[in-house]
Amino acid sequence: MKTLTVSVVTPDGEVLVDDYNMVSCKAENGELGILPNHIPLVAPLTIDAVRLKRDNGEDIVAVSGGFLEVRPDKVSILARSAEKAIDIDVERAEQARKRAEELLKSKDAKVDEARARMALNRAMNRLNVANR
Amino acid sequence: MASLRDIEDRITSTKKTRQITKAMEMVSASKLNRAEENAKSYSAYSNKIQEIISNIANTDTDVSHPMLERREVKRTGYILITADSGLAGGYNSNAIKKLHDTIEERHTSRDEFTVIGIGRMGVDYCKKNDISLSEQIIGVDDQPKYADIKGIASRAVQLYIDEEIDELIIIFNHFVSVISQEIHVNKLIPLSDIDEAESTSTYEYEPGEGAILNALLPQYAESLIYGALLDAKASEHAARMTAMKSATDNAGDLIDDLTLSFNRARQAAITQEITEIVGGAAALE
Repeated sequence: MKTLTVSVVTPDGEVLVDDYNMVSCKAENGELGILPNHIPLVAPLTIDAVRLKRDNGEDIVAVSGGFLEVRPDKVSILARSAEKAIDIDVERAEQARKRAEELLKSKDAKVDEARARMALNRAMNRLNVANR
Repeated sequence: MASLRDIEDRITSTKKTRQITKAMEMVSASKLNRAEENAKSYSAYSNKIQEIISNIANTDTDVSHPMLERREVKRTGYILITADSGLAGGYNSNAIKKLHDTIEERHTSRDEFTVIGIGRMGVDYCKKNDISLSEQIIGVDDQPKYADIKGIASRAVQLYIDEEIDELIIIFNHFVSVISQEIHVNKLIPLSDIDEAESTSTYEYEPGEGAILNALLPQYAESLIYGALLDAKASEHAARMTAMKSATDNAGDLIDDLTLSFNRARQAAITQEITEIVGGAAALE
């Protein structure tokens, strides 16, 4: 079966480079499933899990936004931050979630709601991926 | 002439100083190694983003984005990257001097610029000289992670998007080699010098070029700030290493000089003693 080389890159370096059969992720326009020989494509990603599938299972990466670049035999994901399920610091994500929820609840005019919502999304995404 | 005892004390204390500077030199050397590795892993990311941006810029469709367009400059933002502490030779003072000179040269009023300070030395300078600081961060790790400066980088870019500032300039020490660092003054936004890189492939853009740029350009600008910080950190460790190396060498020279005068003083004391004994013996005859 044909494979795709998937690399997940953040400013701190490569998180993951490996061969997979399929990539499925959520772009801003909706779900995208990418198989080998896909046409070259660039799309922004939402804060969500990226699922990488191969014969003997599936890897999940929590991606905080960023981009997907597709070439026929290669997929690169460029994100500000990304973690594999095992690398996620659950405790820290849990704290971030609580903090963001409190900020959103506080109704303080100084709170940047959009920013807090993003932080909450990131934390929830990490927790979802870690608990899967 | 200093007494034998005084000279001996100075030799011991200089030797201790030399031990410390020697240790600091070695610490900086190992930090420098790691900093260079960080810069390498970062370049994979920035090259990729750059490639996509230049690909979009090279497509036939007219792409325009506020971050690519020059507008009339009413207020400039400067990002100043310095270290948190001294003992790094000219590292901090060169960056601060460059900021000072640039401001003198380009601005007449204090309302025309604001500084985003990374590192204590620069922040303290701005506070002391009444320069407006819109953002500051102190205590950045020696091996910074992107998460450490994500906040300040995105706020700096946001200042431009909100039209608080009309251009963003970064001042930092660029790492050339272990013995040489250059001050760079780079204009980050508006992004001007997007290389006409080789278009290896043409892409489909989903949803469209505009939307991609909206998300990509801020991410790119932020990553440039991080890249500059990594570069500056490498320079900082190199500058510190060189400074400590010359301190160690100087201490060595000083110890040699002191040892020489110590020996001389000891010799003089012995000679004097002999003279006294001989003189005493002669008086008895």
